Parts: sequence; structure tokens; C-alpha cells
Amino acid sequence: MARKLPPVDVVLVGFGWTGAILAQELTQDGLEVLAIERGGWRDTPSHFPTTVAQDELRWYWRKEMFQTTARETLTFRNNRSQTALPMRRWGSFLPGEGVGGGGVHWNGQTWRFLPSDFLAASHNVERYGPMRPGMTVQDYGVTYEELEPHYDRFEKLCGIAGRAGNLNGEIMEGGNPFEGVRSADYPNPPMHMTFAQHRFEAATKELGLKPFPGPSANMTKPYVNPLGCQLAPCTYCGFCEKYGCGNYSKASAQTTILPVLMRNPNFSLKVHNEVLQVKLDSTGRRATGVVHVDQNGEEYEQPADLVILCAYQLSNTRLMMLSGIGEIYDPATGEGLVGKNYCYQVMSGADVFFDDAYTNEFVGAGALGMCVDEYNGDNFDHSGLGFIGGGYIACWTTHSRPIERRRIPEGTPQWGSAWKKAVADNFLKSTNVGAHGASMAHAANHLDLDPTYTDVYGRPLMRMTFDFTPNDRAMSAFLTERVREIAERMGGREIKLSPREGPYDSMPYQTTHNTGGTIMGASPADSVVNRYLQSWDVPNLFVMGAGVFPQNAGYNPTGTVAALAYWAADAIRSRYIRSPGPLVQA
Amino acid sequence: MADGHVSRRHILLTSLLGGTSLVASAAMARTGIPWVPGTAPYIRGFDGARFFTPAERACVEAMVARLIPSDDLGPGAREAGVADFIDNQLAGSYGRGERWYMKGPFADGLETQGYQDERPPAGLYRAAVAALDEHCRERFDGRVFAQLTEDEQDALLTRIDDEELEFEDVPAAAFFALLQENAMEGFFCDPVHGGNRDMVGWKLIGFPGVRYDYRDYLDHDGERLSIEPVGLMGRPAWNVD
Repeated sequence: MARKLPPVDVVLVGFGWTGAILAQELTQDGLEVLAIERGGWRDTPSHFPTTVAQDELRWYWRKEMFQTTARETLTFRNNRSQTALPMRRWGSFLPGEGVGGGGVHWNGQTWRFLPSDFLAASHNVERYGPMRPGMTVQDYGVTYEELEPHYDRFEKLCGIAGRAGNLNGEIMEGGNPFEGVRSADYPNPPMHMTFAQHRFEAATKELGLKPFPGPSANMTKPYVNPLGCQLAPCTYCGFCEKYGCGNYSKASAQTTILPVLMRNPNFSLKVHNEVLQVKLDSTGRRATGVVHVDQNGEEYEQPADLVILCAYQLSNTRLMMLSGIGEIYDPATGEGLVGKNYCYQVMSGADVFFDDAYTNEFVGAGALGMCVDEYNGDNFDHSGLGFIGGGYIACWTTHSRPIERRRIPEGTPQWGSAWKKAVADNFLKSTNVGAHGASMAHAANHLDLDPTYTDVYGRPLMRMTFDFTPNDRAMSAFLTERVREIAERMGGREIKLSPREGPYDSMPYQTTHNTGGTIMGASPADSVVNRYLQSWDVPNLFVMGAGVFPQNAGYNPTGTVAALAYWAADAIRSRYIRSPGPLVQA
Repeated sequence: MADGHVSRRHILLTSLLGGTSLVASAAMARTGIPWVPGTAPYIRGFDGARFFTPAERACVEAMVARLIPSDDLGPGAREAGVADFIDNQLAGSYGRGERWYMKGPFADGLETQGYQDERPPAGLYRAAVAALDEHCRERFDGRVFAQLTEDEQDALLTRIDDEELEFEDVPAAAFFALLQENAMEGFFCDPVHGGNRDMVGWKLIGFPGVRYDYRDYLDHDGERLSIEPVGLMGRPAWNVD
């Protein structure tokens, strides 16, 4: 029997980026906010100082940075004809665990989506006619213009480095000319580009494209954010994604919010406690709080007026299912919405090998790169192409950690003396051009509860059913050809294409950009949360994170996840607190 | 705090420190920031623990020496201590699969579903090495894998890699994939883990290791940078005798 605790105003489930943002915002109005995090406390000096952070084996290969699969993982299959089996260790994506969540181990590539990305259904249907059968693409229910101030807030919080491309409607030389109208430039100047980016820049200009610096949460200058938190210049050590930053140089909850939030008497944090369920009253229309369990197996009921899910997309979706909120989507009938529109990211690329030049990619940073955006979203005419969406193409020099990355030319054996020679010859003399493709929603791709496998508490694991769709494949084939055109012009000896072919493989790392499952929209008939990320079914429940994306755009999601968190926090502060209830009438 | 449970406005590291956690958290609450120096879980590192029997060690030693040969180009898996590294990893939590989800039921699985063997890594090595040596004894007049010529070893490993050779009750392909992964780990990891001895893996490819600050090199402009490698524990030249 769960022991009942004194009530709080707001309980946050999970304490990564969105939890920290919500806590910081809602405590400003005097609300008492409690965050419950299943992992442990983590901070820069004690958990990832420079002498500890740069351990490739420990943090990535032994997965110590991530959620412990022994306790909970998910099962996976490509389609409904297969039997899903557990991901016994992480592969294609890497959910975080502990304070700061995945925001501790991200690269820091911090994008805004295009205005048309938020209107992916209406815009594309109007311009190109009906989509392929089975596609379940929807509008977000919120517009770029509405989110713009919130993007701006997050960029200033993080000290994002970049160059504006569209400042108040004026196209700026050297920025991304396709981006939505910005109200302000980035707070910091762009990253310091290296050889590979210079070659990419020259190649894309030759092709008539407009390269620009990738927006980066790696600091390019000493920076004091609006909360007074200080960040230090990035040293380009090449340990960003999959690692904590020991140098206060990568924006995270730890470096941008927690030094202030943890001192706020309205805020408290409970770690090593896992929320098992959102509790509903007898009507099923109101959350009364959450039930959580500590590491000794003791259960507690934490009453709260407002419950906000701030865990990773996969965990938020599963908690909705385990709490019986909404109906789980069934692809056989098309009924149900929770778990619907699971999407990912469609990555492809080309390695470029040089004979006479050293790329020295150990001099790298998570968001050190030059990009082009001509082939993203609806920045190009899709007439006759047979797909919608696109992706940015970039030359990022993120790292050259050698267990993970050893580029070898086409046709090289995978072991033996020929392999060894190829690695030795090419390790310092190669780079990559990558396409970061959108993932459009499809009726066959979804999340639900596994009928067989259970977590450490005996509850069903979540089951993922996913494969790349015909739209994904056509889009990726198109993007990969554009990658080839660029890569071939970079002055290398040869290139090696990595097209996205075959079924989705859950094991090789691709990207931790899982989206959908608790999608947002304009109507309870086709979405789980409304445009303010408020549950249609349970108005005192809000759901943060990329789970609300109806489909994923051709950009990294964190910028949009954070902008949506600020947008929701603003609606809660300005409207919900004064008059609790649905912010949108169904 | 008196009831041994949550106090609002305070961080609670419940059960992390057992009964003493309440004292610790109360102390932390006064400072506001719950920063406790030296609380990071220390790296296990290389502690000399062993898993392999002598026969298993000889087999794995021979296999990784074919994956990463010692040749004209320089040291290979033998000099890097790759077998030592794997032996030590299998003797610890990794070998036991402690972080992996190892609940059943177990099924063969598709290629897109990853590792599905019932045995954690140490158990798979034990079974696979036994099966490989048994196969060798039958086919090569009683010789085990380590006693074959290098050409014979290469031919056999190629057949496993090409999924032409299968063992009863042991997924040869899954084992070979794991062996390759572990060999790369042992050759290129930080030397603190017992592999990449004398940083031979890093020196082969020119990786300067885990340096803290490359800002002086950002304008390398495609020129070669010759930088001595450094590990988490520095490098031998830094040690005082």
C-alpha cells in the first residue's frame, strides 16, 4: 500500500531539459514544484569532470551514461508480422537516465523547425495533393510564429552559437536563408570551423547552395545566460554526444538552470524514485497525483494539483499507457491515439577520403559543422518527386573516438592486415557529409505495450513497431544523391555512400530522436494533447517532449522540444493557474 | 524528515546511502546545491581479474591476433593486450551482462533485433570457444584453433564471418560480431582498461587520446598534427620513478 505524502502544487515526472525548464518557470509564480527522477543526481564537478568524462569504453560502449536496460528496455519489431524481442542493450538510440536526462549527453545541435514543418499536412496537401496511402501526417496545431519567442528564450538560455539567416524578415548573408523569421540573432558567434567545413563550404557554394554554420550549444565565448549561469568556451575536445561535458561548455540543465533552480525554496527534487503511474480520480478526468517507488521498493502516493510528464518521449508514452489515460492505438482498427505516429529520423551520408590532407577530426565538437538547408522541409519543389519532407545536409566534425569511428574505403575487409592498413591510412584523413532526414508518420509505425516482456517491477515493456516508410525511402534516396554531389566536390580521393537501405535496424547507433506517441493537435479526435501540450482527457495533466511531434522534421528536435516547453509553461502561468481547466474547448 | 521520508524543498538521495542519506541530504539542503565532491562512481579499470581457462585464453588470443595482426605496420592485438582486456571484461559486470536486459523468453531473433542469446557475454564466449576448438579438433587432426597455421585460422574465421560455419547450440555469427566489437574496444580503449597497452592502437592511427583542449589546433587547415597521445592517467613519460 502506497504511503500518502503531503500534496504539492505541481509534480514533474522526470528531470531533464523539459523538467528543469518547467520547474524554473512555474516556481516563479510561487508554485511549489516537486520533480521526481528515477536516476541519480549528476553534476559537472562530481560526475563528469574532464578527467572522467572522456572515457569512450565506459560511457558509450558500457552504456554507463544511459538508462539501465537491465531494469527496463523496450521490445522491437519492424512490422506486425514479426514477434518483438527486447533490446537487450541500447543500439540505435540512447535514452538518458538521471538528472539532466539526455540533455547531458547530447551534441548540442540546436535547430528551429521551418514554419511549414508545423503545417506538414495542410501545407503539403495544398501544394502537392494527397499523400501516399497510410501516411498519417498532421499539423502541429501550433505555428512557428507562436513558438518564435520561445525558441529565442531557449537560444538565450543556452548561449547558442550561430548566424541568423532571416532577422525580422531581412535575409542575412552567411545564415540560413530558409529559416523562419527570427526576432533576434543568436546570442553567440558561430563555431570555429576546421578544414572539413571549409571544403564543404566551397563545394556547396560551387553547387549554388548557401552554406551556414550549424547552430551550436557548445560555447564559442564565455557566456552568462539570463539566469546568471556562467558557461565557458568550448575546447573542441571531441567528447560531446554520449558524454557529459567537464568544461561547462555545453548547454544542459546542469549548466544553464540548476545552479539557480536548486537554490529556489519553492523547488524540491527527489532522485532514485521512479513514477509508476499517474493516478486518476473516479471520473478518470482528473489526475490526483502520481505513485512512485524508491530503491527499497517502498511505494508512495504523491498528490498534486498539476501533473506534468517531463521524461523522455518513450517513457512519457509508456506512462500514459500504464496509467490508462487515453486509448492505446491499434493499427488493425485505426482506433486509439496513445502510441500513434511514432517517428524517428532518416539518416544517410557519405564518407570522404583524402590523400593529401588531414582532417584531424579529433579536433571536434558536438555542433561544429557547416550545413545547407536547400533540401529540407518544403524549401524545394517536390512536384513529381513522390515524397514530402527533406533534411539538412551537413559536414559536422563531432569527434574521432576510435572505438566508434574508423572510416575505411569501400571494399575494405573488416579485419586482418588489409583492414589495419586501411584504418591507419584513413583515420586522420577522412570526414563525412550527412543528411538528417525527416520521418513522416505512417499508420503501421507505432508504440504499444508488449504482451510478453516486463520491467523490473513486472509491468509490460513498451513495444516499438517501426520501419522506414516508402516516403522515408524516397526522400532519403533523393537526399543521399544531393550528399553525393557535395561529397564528390570536396577534393577527396574517393567517397563511400551510406544510403538508408534495408529494414530499420535497431542496433547500429543512428540518433536519439524518437518522436510521437503522445501527439499534439487541434482536435481530441486525432491528438493526445492540445496545442498547449495539455491532455484532452485529463486537463490537469500536461505532456512535454518530442512525443508530442505528430511527425519528425528534418532537424534535431531539442530546440523545438524546449520551445514547446516554454510555450506550454507560458500558457500554464498566464491562463491555467488563474482558471484551471481545458485551455482549448474540444 | 522525521518520518524518514520526503521533505519538500530538499533533495533526497533516498536509499543511495541507506540510512545515512537523511543526514547527508539535510547537509546538502543547507548549501542549496547538492554537490558532493568525489561521489562519482569510480571507474572499475583493469584489476587483473580473470575469466578464461588457459585453453580459452589461447583460443581468444589467437583469434584476436588474426583480427588485428602484428605485422609490418606495427603492433597488433597481442602487443595491445587485447586478450587480457577481454578476459578482464568478461570477469566483471560486463561479462555477466549486469546492465543488459536478460529476462526471457529467449528467441533467435532477426538481424534487426540485436543480441538475443540467453547467455551474457562471458557465457557466450565460453560456449563458442569450446565449440570452435571442438570443431578444429575434429577437422584438423586433434589440433585446437590456437594450434592451426595462420592461414588455416584466417580461412576458418572467414567462414564464420561469412556465416558459412555454424555450431550446434552456439550462434557463431553473434559470437563473431561480439568478438570483433570487443577486439576493437581492447585495441582502441583508454589504457586504464588494460587494453591499448602503451597506446599502440592510438599510435597506429594517430589518435592523440583524451586531450582537454584543442583550440590551438583549430586552424590546422589540413596539415598533419603530430601530437603525443595522452590517456586518462596521463602517459608513461609523465610518471616519476
